[in-house]
Amino acid sequence: MSLCLRVCTAASCRSRGGEDLRQALAAVAGSSTVVKGVGCLGPCSEGPLLELETASGVGHPERQLFGNLPASDPAALAALARSLRACAENPKAPAPWQPPAGQALDLNHPFFRLQRRLVLKHCGRIDPESITEALAAGIYQQLQRVLEANDPAAVIELVRRSGLRGRGGAGYPTGLKWATVAKMPGHEKVVVCNADEGDPGAFMDRTVLEGDPHTLLEGMAIAAHAVGASRGFIYVRAEYPLAIARLRQAIHQAEQQGWLGTAIAGSRFNFEIALRVGAGAYVCGEETALIQSIEGKRGMPRPRPPYPAEQGVFGLPTLINNVETFANVPALLRLGVEAYGGGTKVFSLTGDVLRTGVIEVPMGTNLRTIVETMGGGAPQGRTIKAVQTGGPSGGCVPAQQLDTPVTYESLQALGTIMGSGGMVVMDDTTNMVDIARFFMAFSREESCGKCVPCRAGTVQLDNLLCRILERRANPADLEQLESLCVMVMDTSLCGLGQSAPKPVLSTLRHFRGDYLAMLSPEATP
Amino acid sequence: MPESFPDLEPVLQRHGRQADGLIEVLNHGQELYGYLGEPLLRHIARELRLPFSRVQGTASFYHLFRFTPPLRHSCLVCTGTACHVKGAGALLAVLAGEPLAERGIELGSVRCVGTCSGAPLVVVDGAVWNLQTSTALLAGLRRLEP
Amino acid sequence: MSVCTLRIDERDVAIEAGSTLLQAAREAGIAIPTLCVLEGLSPVAACRLCLVEVSGSEKLLPACITPVQEGMQVHTATPRLQEIRRTVIELLFTEGNHVCAICVANGHCELQDLAVEVGMDHSRLPYRFPDRHVDLSHPLFGLDHNRCVLCTRCVRVCDEVEGAHVWDVGWRGEHCRIIAGLDEPWGAVDACTHCGKCVEVCPTGALFHKGDTSEEKHSDPGRLQALVHARHHRQWTP
Repeated sequence: MSLCLRVCTAASCRSRGGEDLRQALAAVAGSSTVVKGVGCLGPCSEGPLLELETASGVGHPERQLFGNLPASDPAALAALARSLRACAENPKAPAPWQPPAGQALDLNHPFFRLQRRLVLKHCGRIDPESITEALAAGIYQQLQRVLEANDPAAVIELVRRSGLRGRGGAGYPTGLKWATVAKMPGHEKVVVCNADEGDPGAFMDRTVLEGDPHTLLEGMAIAAHAVGASRGFIYVRAEYPLAIARLRQAIHQAEQQGWLGTAIAGSRFNFEIALRVGAGAYVCGEETALIQSIEGKRGMPRPRPPYPAEQGVFGLPTLINNVETFANVPALLRLGVEAYGGGTKVFSLTGDVLRTGVIEVPMGTNLRTIVETMGGGAPQGRTIKAVQTGGPSGGCVPAQQLDTPVTYESLQALGTIMGSGGMVVMDDTTNMVDIARFFMAFSREESCGKCVPCRAGTVQLDNLLCRILERRANPADLEQLESLCVMVMDTSLCGLGQSAPKPVLSTLRHFRGDYLAMLSPEATP
Repeated sequence: MPESFPDLEPVLQRHGRQADGLIEVLNHGQELYGYLGEPLLRHIARELRLPFSRVQGTASFYHLFRFTPPLRHSCLVCTGTACHVKGAGALLAVLAGEPLAERGIELGSVRCVGTCSGAPLVVVDGAVWNLQTSTALLAGLRRLEP
Repeated sequence: MSVCTLRIDERDVAIEAGSTLLQAAREAGIAIPTLCVLEGLSPVAACRLCLVEVSGSEKLLPACITPVQEGMQVHTATPRLQEIRRTVIELLFTEGNHVCAICVANGHCELQDLAVEVGMDHSRLPYRFPDRHVDLSHPLFGLDHNRCVLCTRCVRVCDEVEGAHVWDVGWRGEHCRIIAGLDEPWGAVDACTHCGKCVEVCPTGALFHKGDTSEEKHSDPGRLQALVHARHHRQWTP
């Protein structure tokens, strides 16, 4: 009987003792038992998580997932290790193993069953610190194929035909972006990965960076080859120390094994990647600000045009995509346009929902399927009031609209955006004015200060929302709130300011009653 | 804060003393010396041949850079969306009323560390404490070495 | 030299290709309010006063950096734009402490002129009364942060024309302020050449000559333009 124990050591499980669990179980490793740390296994709320794969030599290996395992109690950890050792030493295929503490999670639950894992295919399967495992899993094979075929135009055409759109929020067609950069004159071009996942409540990119960094590097290298770039940057936020460490290691390993650097895989293609760590500025997720920051400056956006495709990092034509977009590319090349289909979207599900974590679902899945069927809905005795998507640039979808499919268009029609994939569920105890104020305070704090409407407008909007929350506002204040929202949206220089009013406008549209209920008692007739 | 910074040399060299390395150099400088004191900033400006105001302007733009020495411990309350929905505001309010600085604990906030299943959470000396209540958090902070 | 013809506020304009909408409008005698832009310095498109409507574009475009295009239809003074401009001025007035009566620039202040131009006789938004300080450490000049509108002309002129880069913008968002050196007193910054260009281009009374009292500051940004012109073309008009 051989066992493979996969312990989630990504940041969420790690904070629940995942690394201690892995170390305790390392003692179980033997000739027929492998113990490894892996990236996110999905249902973070049940962490620390352990996946047990048993193979008796006949039939398919059996997979079981366990949650809420002991992490800090030495006696409980020892009991767990003993039990697993006994399981490993059992020559026959036993009845499903039961942990002495913790609980088995049903892998047939919709949370797992309804997922389609393209981007997260290897996440939770392989040890992200080992390029050997990455290579054994087939990572870098698509890069190799692309280099052998040496037909950049065909790759761009494939990406274009797939309909892949930027997963960072704006949804710009990826193939078009690649084609634009490829067409730009000049021999020196740059590929940038935006890993500055700043939306609060969003951690899809962290999951990829911590769980499968090599797929990202492969996607970037394929993109660089397609557009003719030889330099790459990954801009990652400082709040993700584990992701930074794993990226550094992965880049180093890929250089050592010839998947980055000069003459990659024996071809004439050269591509190097440098890591740039942010220092706490949400606005650096905006691409022109990100370029400034990579150049070592204040992260202040500048007007476009010129677009980064024309003038980006160091004035060179620059392709910028986010982590999930690049991580889609190897899967797309592997499957081909037809099998890839409509693709997927990775979401981080959090807030007032029973099961929180990271899921990857087919594009177009209903919101209700995600938050109720997969996430289990609101906690006992409460009901869902809204689902927030798109972070500070997005809005709230009211419960009665949960049958909306998640597509770029349908969410936009509801006054929100797909965004990068943060999905925060809010139950009926939530005051939507408070949520609107939360996001406005966020934008106020993160405004770079360059243009007047964003710098001063977000402050006035935040103050107005506070006034409402303190029940000091009258209907005229509400009117002023709305008109100033429109003004800031229409006149701000960059995406941060242009979308900062969205959480207010979206809650005004769907939850106006929450606002009216908070107007000053003296002011309302 | 020392007056010379030999430990910074490798990172300066790695970036070829080029201006675009400024944020990386500032990050490393803060890691090495705890904060960006005036002598350190002057040193970095001279090594990268940048105007002082450019270095100060850049450093002060980013929230994670600090210009005063840190206290012995840090307690960052996450104020991301999930933590906000789950009560981060109440945690901050309770902590703000405590004489934490006297006990060497610096109170701050962070906009989402991306492990929202533990909301509301705090980051104490780099470690994430999940599912906090004000009672549990205060008890935990009391156990920190003064 | 190729020429573009376009229509601005129902007036036909012909202008050299590569010019901006702002230049085209001025050529046609149409005044678009501006604050951060100053000929001779690189544009930053930050104040948003010069936003105009262009047919076929959903977004409002800053005239200071938008290049003219053949056949463009531009509207510079629609009610929507007038409302926006008034709000921008209100946002500027309420974020600082602008007390015209005691200001060195009273009567010669671009912000004051703009307020008159957009018809802002009072602010509909509440004043914020920020706590800002005054730097009088320089032997010749003073900086009153209360009157600063963060147009960054001083930062740009010191960097792009004088080459001293004494100034930069420090901090961020509502906490942004102009800093000298390592956020030091101006007088302590050795890099300053005492040239006074920053005072010359400042649109308000934020930067001023010491000794000037109310209404005594007369800036002349035109002198900067003459200087930049002379340097580029090696032509002087003595």
